[in-house]
Amino acid sequence: MNSLVAIAYVPDTESKIKVGPDGSSIDESDVKWIVSPYDEYGLEEALKIRESKGAGTVTVVSVGPERVKTGLRECLARGADDAVWVDTGETKNLDALGVSKALAAVAKAATFDFFWFGQKGVGPDESLVGPMTAELLGLPHVANVVHLDVGEGKVTASREIEGAHEIVECSLPAILTAQKGLNEPRYASLKGIMGAKKKPIAEKKLADLDVPEADPAAAKARWRKLSLPAPRQAVKLIPADDPAAAAKELVRLLREEAKVI
Amino acid sequence: MKFLVFIEQRDGKVRKASLEALSLARRLAGGPVAAVLAGQGVGGLVKDLGRHGAGVVYVADRAELALYSSQGYVGALDAAARKESPGAVLVAATSMGKDVAPRFAARHDSGVLADVMDLHLEGDRLVGSRPVYSGKARAEVDCGASPIQIATTRPNVFPAEAQEAAEPRVEALEPFEVSPRARVVRVEASETKEIDVAEADVIVSGGRGIKGPENWPMVRDLQEALGAALGASRAVVDAGWIDHQHQVGQTGKVVSPTLYVAAGISGAIQHLAGMGTSKVIVALNKDPEAPIFQVATYGIVGDIFQTVPELAKAVRAAKAE
Ligand SMILES: Cc1cc2nc3c(=O)[nH]c(=O)nc-3n(C[C@H](O)[C@H](O)[C@H](O)COP(=O)(O)OP(=O)(O)OC[C@H]3O[C@@H](n4cnc5c(N)ncnc54)[C@H](O)[C@@H]3O)c2cc1C
Ligand SMILES: Nc1ncnc2c1ncn2[C@@H]1O[C@H](COP(=O)(O)O)[C@@H](O)[C@H]1O
Repeated sequence: MNSLVAIAYVPDTESKIKVGPDGSSIDESDVKWIVSPYDEYGLEEALKIRESKGAGTVTVVSVGPERVKTGLRECLARGADDAVWVDTGETKNLDALGVSKALAAVAKAATFDFFWFGQKGVGPDESLVGPMTAELLGLPHVANVVHLDVGEGKVTASREIEGAHEIVECSLPAILTAQKGLNEPRYASLKGIMGAKKKPIAEKKLADLDVPEADPAAAKARWRKLSLPAPRQAVKLIPADDPAAAAKELVRLLREEAKVI
Repeated sequence: MKFLVFIEQRDGKVRKASLEALSLARRLAGGPVAAVLAGQGVGGLVKDLGRHGAGVVYVADRAELALYSSQGYVGALDAAARKESPGAVLVAATSMGKDVAPRFAARHDSGVLADVMDLHLEGDRLVGSRPVYSGKARAEVDCGASPIQIATTRPNVFPAEAQEAAEPRVEALEPFEVSPRARVVRVEASETKEIDVAEADVIVSGGRGIKGPENWPMVRDLQEALGAALGASRAVVDAGWIDHQHQVGQTGKVVSPTLYVAAGISGAIQHLAGMGTSKVIVALNKDPEAPIFQVATYGIVGDIFQTVPELAKAVRAAKAE
């Protein structure tokens, strides 16, 4: 069974965030980039399916500037067979619908049973691209998948919702978005890292795909301004020599000052 | 501008987050708005929607919609949009709303202002704002060239306001596709019927400082005293002390309660990413250098095996007054 896996290459959560000169996106100069953590679950599940069926391919796809190739190489090192890089060229800050259109264009040229996404791309945290791509391709999707059973031409997926799990039956091909709990992603082996250098990365230009959102004037979602949040007020520390008195004082503050209980 | 609000119901109950979105739409529109409701046997819910701002409710009431399916529920929203021609669509950013909104948006060649914590109008343009990059920055966003402006609203942030109102007009929908290729065959509720952290107004969370799963009862006692939901750090989820459902943070849930109590949690950036927007944060930790104190409103530096039980006692005493 063949899988496509969408890979967002995002700032490491430990990175310091600074506002860039345009005032609406981050300053990328000191950022360390990582494969978005949820995408690792999608990749791992695709690899597991390929292994359990003993056949099929895993293709990783990323839309972005040159640097995303490093993320794709990492995925190849972990076991993906090949990769597609959609080069965004001069386009910056492509919106979710634009990314979805680019990914849908790649998918249309491929034969696949699964197209994996992360439940969200860490950083902007929008959780949009998976379901949007599904709609553009006219495919069913299951989001927030924490368990998957693969059957003949269909899957049964468990999806996490508030206080419960929905058990979803879904025909293939399908789009699935991976949630934590689905699996434990593997690390790349040394052999994998060496082998990855020889694996192919196909290149496509965003400009050659039908993505009107590449033009900022046609974007369907815009970051108008990025700002750093005002620092929170300094903590009010309650002396703890007498825990009972401290607890009482805290409850008084929560009631009378903060008015939250 | 005309607003249409997607209403989520499960088991015949309207989700509070949907009433929040509906009230918000009424405030922005300056009067009653349209709502769409899908499910089976849901007609009885219409009146409450009227109180929260619906002037008209499009109802898709069919056996095939008893359980959620993205195709069926997006179909209902889409059918309502065809009748109403809204300029803006609001959806609560619950697991269902986050599933419905992007599909609907792509169908209408539109973007989504995802999970906003603030939403206002500049003329006819919706402007939202939301924390990004683990809460280290805030983005102000709009819908650019979208033909329909769509936003999902973070639960627990916007007030749900009930007012006496005339009963809304009910309209049926034109037929739409409901034979889904992805359909929910059953729902498995967690062992206990607990309030989910994502929707809770008060959360008490435990971290590695609780030492072991045998000490949950101590945390639970405070949780119950406060009528709160139980949260957890990733460290204790990974250790298998509690289910991932409870995890707050980057790889858990993003929450915005009125009160968040962190017991024995250091406050790593990935944890803050999930709870940094809480209105009031209480830190209970023995280490005065723990980063949680940098975001906390109130803190007690001390042993949680003393502070947590005392706090439960004090809360009960205060509530009994
Ligand atoms: C990609 C990625 C994603 C992540 N996602 C998440 C996420 O979603 N959520 C999350 O929480 N973490 C997440 N983490 C993990 C995060 O970095 C921290 O490791 C984790 O939050 C630590 O959990 P903790 O605070 O419970 O444990 P610790 O950091 O070990 O802190 C325990 C705290 O308890 C205090 N303590 C101990 N004993 C007592 C006592 N008797 N009385 C009072 N205080 C006591 C200690 O002083 C300490 O501050 C993620 C990490 C990565 C790399
Ligand atoms: N630029 C991108 N290239 C490839 N995949 C992406 C990109 N952006 C987002 N995705 C995929 O879509 C998922 C959800 O992202 P988001 O909608 O941004 O939260 C991510 O986990 C990725 O799988």
